[in-house]
Amino acid sequence: MYRYTDFDEAFVRTRVAQFRDQVARRIDGSLTEDEFRPLRLMNGLYLQLHAYMLRVAIPYGTLNPDQMRQLAMIADRWDKGYGHWTTRQNIQFNWPKLEDVPDMLEALADVGMHAIQTSGNTIRNVTADHFAGAAADEIADPRPVAELLRQWSTDHPEFQFLPRKFKIAITGSPNDRAVTRAHDIGLRMVRNDAGEAGFEVIVGGGLGRTPMEGKVIRDFLPRADLLPYVEAVLAAYNLMGRRDNKYKARIKITVFENGIDSFHDAVEANFAKIRPRFTGVDQEILTAIEAQFAPPVFADRPEAPFDAAYATDPVFRAWADTNLAAHKAPGHAIVTVSFKAPGATPGDATSDQMRALADLAETYGYGELRISHEQNVILPHVHKADLPAVHAALKSAGIATANVGLVSDIIACPGMDYCALATARSIPIAQEIALRFEELQVEHEVGPLKIKISGCINACGHHHVGHIGILGLDRAGVENYQITLGGDHTERFAIGEKTGPGFPAEGIVPAIERLVLAYLDLREHREESFIETFRRLGMAPFKAALYDSEDRADAA
Amino acid sequence: MSRAFTPKVVTANRLLEGDAVWLTEDDRWSPDMAQAELIDDEAHAAIRLLHAQGQRDLVVGPYLADARAGTNGPEPVHFREAFRTRGPSNYAHGKQVEL
Repeated sequence: MYRYTDFDEAFVRTRVAQFRDQVARRIDGSLTEDEFRPLRLMNGLYLQLHAYMLRVAIPYGTLNPDQMRQLAMIADRWDKGYGHWTTRQNIQFNWPKLEDVPDMLEALADVGMHAIQTSGNTIRNVTADHFAGAAADEIADPRPVAELLRQWSTDHPEFQFLPRKFKIAITGSPNDRAVTRAHDIGLRMVRNDAGEAGFEVIVGGGLGRTPMEGKVIRDFLPRADLLPYVEAVLAAYNLMGRRDNKYKARIKITVFENGIDSFHDAVEANFAKIRPRFTGVDQEILTAIEAQFAPPVFADRPEAPFDAAYATDPVFRAWADTNLAAHKAPGHAIVTVSFKAPGATPGDATSDQMRALADLAETYGYGELRISHEQNVILPHVHKADLPAVHAALKSAGIATANVGLVSDIIACPGMDYCALATARSIPIAQEIALRFEELQVEHEVGPLKIKISGCINACGHHHVGHIGILGLDRAGVENYQITLGGDHTERFAIGEKTGPGFPAEGIVPAIERLVLAYLDLREHREESFIETFRRLGMAPFKAALYDSEDRADAA
Repeated sequence: MSRAFTPKVVTANRLLEGDAVWLTEDDRWSPDMAQAELIDDEAHAAIRLLHAQGQRDLVVGPYLADARAGTNGPEPVHFREAFRTRGPSNYAHGKQVEL
């Protein structure tokens, strides 16, 4: 994993000192809120409904055990003993006090972390496949490139005042777990006909009030051209992007309004100018970064303890069947630790759970942890022989829920329980859906199904790309929930379609239940998943299940 | 005929803690909405908001929120304002346990 250089360390410490001074001057009245607000946002500090919120960057979702323990310490010392994993692989603390924030940032700097560029119209934290470096289906670990992008984009003078925020996602795998088609720039590692590794570059994707699928602007970009090309895209956007209307300022609108061809021409013209300025220093830096991401030496030993537990312990078996993924190294597995226990807040982790994860990563996981955009935590490298012990420890920590990829593994943004932008609550809807399906005992029968909930049109909960998406709105002073179907965040990217009128809070859980039970009737066989059934049959039968029942009165 | 004025309260977030507070008749910022001054005159509401906006070392983002008279004092009209008087629904945190 990447370790801060003296330069990184000095940069982050300087920023903490600057912010400490800015907070002091805000408190003593020398700075007005109008002056202070952009300064606090540069450092990830928001003011929400009930308190401040500090959003801490977890670059490409990767943490080491010391960092995880420090997050636990921060949660205990300056917050309410927990943190919230976000859909951008970050962590948010919901209750900091203004005067404590400089100390929190100092504590983050102690473990090579910060909250820089987690807000504002800048290049945000670069996100990556949460199985990076471990997945069996991967061309290469995308994180060295993500780290290079982080270094290049941090405090980049040309890109501190973009028309709007800018999000980059990267994956090294053909199976897209990083939602690359819904990012301002999506990067997919591919190989050309000669077998060389490069990138497919996608621009102009995004969710929010105008969801758009990104368009391929280069189907093969050589690795060495990455930084100059991304810089060329940003430079084109910086000039062509609209600044007159906040809602039309993202690159997706720039690409849509100008057309991909003319945007492409502007990028290529920039690229021709910029490319010669990159003389190879970036590639030297990348080589040095890559050395720090060298895979661990994977142990070669028998898997017998796994087979024994799998054969005899049904609870372990259920967990292994849902929460493990194929690892590239023989005898190993990728563990997804679910933070979606039915009734719990999606993505919330207590400080004790964080410490338990840090211990597990240290003892069994080669010292690595990941945060997924689906608000779970990943132990990317665990030998199968150690899985029974890992499962037992997770059980003691209350995080052994066997539901990854199932109905109750719901993405939910904080919604109006915390967020100042929200138009309705998300968390209670997620809690109630998960509890209802636990009661029905059909979750494993239903199989893979992604429900994603956003509490406003900004779509932090990725509802557009949920197989079932739920959007919370304020309709005439009442919370109302609109359903979309058929969304997909993967390489089979699709934006969900609205079903029709929304449902009030008390009607949304029965509505979701009708949809899922209808799927069980409609599927051709057990192996046909919800999304496959939707793709085969389209909206009509699901719409009928939602609206043609005796519960029609629920629809508003 | 002009439209009837919906009564208002002045509310904001406290600078240091960030929690929701309401302006009282005697110019305090209270964490309890019931203690807020219920304003039923549009011109007076504008004056009270200006007063609040002048208190920039105490509060952030003051605004007028719809309210109605209740048995113990002003009560929220919109659900967002109701949440601000209580705290989040997923944990017993915030005003629902602190007040």
